[in-house]
Amino acid sequence: MNWYDFLLRNRGEVLERTAEHIGLVAAAMAIALAIGLPLGIALVRRVTLQRWVLAVANVVQTIPSLALFGFLIPVPWIGGVGASTAIVALALYALLPILRNTCTGITGVDAAVIESARGMGMTPQQVLWQVELPLAAPVLLAGIRVATVISVGITTIAAAIGAGGLGVFIFRGVAMVNNQVILAGAIPAALLAVLADFGLGVVQRRLATR
Amino acid sequence: MAQPIAGIQKGCALECRGVTYRLPSGTALVSDLNLTVARGETLVLLGRSGSGKTTTLKLFNRLLEPSDGEIFIAGRPSSAWDPIQLRRGIGYVIQDAGLFPHWSVERNVALVPQLEHWPEERIRARVKEMLELVGLPPAEFATRRPSELSGGQRQRVGVARALAADQPILLMDEPFGALDPVTRAELQREFRVLASRLEKTIVFVTHDVREALFLGTRIALLAGGRLAGVHAREEFLNATEPEVRAFVASLQLSRGDEEVR
Ligand SMILES: Nc1ncnc2c1ncn2[C@@H]1O[C@H](COP(=O)(O)OP(=O)(O)OP(=O)(O)O)[C@@H](O)[C@H]1O
Ligand SMILES: [Mg+2]
Repeated sequence: MNWYDFLLRNRGEVLERTAEHIGLVAAAMAIALAIGLPLGIALVRRVTLQRWVLAVANVVQTIPSLALFGFLIPVPWIGGVGASTAIVALALYALLPILRNTCTGITGVDAAVIESARGMGMTPQQVLWQVELPLAAPVLLAGIRVATVISVGITTIAAAIGAGGLGVFIFRGVAMVNNQVILAGAIPAALLAVLADFGLGVVQRRLATR
Repeated sequence: MAQPIAGIQKGCALECRGVTYRLPSGTALVSDLNLTVARGETLVLLGRSGSGKTTTLKLFNRLLEPSDGEIFIAGRPSSAWDPIQLRRGIGYVIQDAGLFPHWSVERNVALVPQLEHWPEERIRARVKEMLELVGLPPAEFATRRPSELSGGQRQRVGVARALAADQPILLMDEPFGALDPVTRAELQREFRVLASRLEKTIVFVTHDVREALFLGTRIALLAGGRLAGVHAREEFLNATEPEVRAFVASLQLSRGDEEVR
């Protein structure tokens, strides 16, 4: 029996795990965006603070994911075994690329265009929403793209703390020393990552050429 | 239908009293400017590259704040104006056009009327009118991006944008600098008629003496961040300041093509 047969025979569970996987990634990305975008915008003109926050986010990024999942389990409120802990950890990983690209994207907007916008009588809010964010959009989207692909990968490890997702097959396959089972988790996960990368890449290119 | 914008009424004046602008490092870009711009007049700020013309314009719409001295707009110190309201009341042509690269020509021109919440059809009609005025047929140009225009075309869109909301004060930073001589002469002629008809208070920056003489009711010469002399158009050619003489001399050197024009 090869992995493909295994996949077909268990397609119910595979689909269920895939949906779980997507759900975890989506929840983590939603949190990371909800925090990262406003925080990044707020940090654009606070250069020193920005450097510190990015440094901290960088450090978080270097913690091995299994360790981070482990660290979070005993934390009250967010901790425990299950999806919520995994989502928090995933959001922490996704935060750095989003934060960094929000800052660099907005900082990179041509200062002359911003001065022009101010000179025409736009309020700071209007400059942000109508000029800075649209012009930074391709860079912002690149950050979101990287964060999404990273999350799809790391989410496979979330199965270790009982969060579900396609990692369930991988861990089960490792325990059973069965490559077919491992592949039944790994291949859909890889496909998900490629699809997310491709889809967001298309959006990104469309924004860049607008 | 035209609403008075931001409380700036037609025919108001600008004034600089002892205005100096210094960089944080302490270097003065303009020093001790004393200047009035009367209602409805076109004051030309003439000066060589780097003499502080753009800096002076930005002081008028509070993109820069004076380090010393005070600027009055319509009799009120500029610091007493809300900067947003003030800028909405002043049309501004930026030296290198400063268009939004992510917006169409149409939308760029419509910017200030849109900020001022004009009704849709009025904006559309106005944009069309302005594009025709600067010689860019709307059918061909309205939906293009700034990146799809030549430098001179971009500059004309910048002029259209500054005129669109029909503000009583206009700051124009070398608005015709990137144009070929034929188009430039056309726009200069058109602009002179417009300026006298609409009674706008205009500060017009250029380094072209002929343009200054053609458009200015008065000419203020900036040299090294200081005013070297302010003269009525008729007196400019006979002024005695060495800086003015140098500009007049450059005019005589190019007499030949003056006659061709
Ligand atoms: N932010 C800045 N930092 C340092 N120097 C500056 C800055 N802005 C302008 N300057 C300098 O101030 C001087 C005046 O600049 P300004 O832009 O007002 O000149 P200008 O008369 O408009 O010249 P041009 O005709 O070339 O546009 C120049 O020497 C310029 O290099
Ligand atoms: Mg200049």
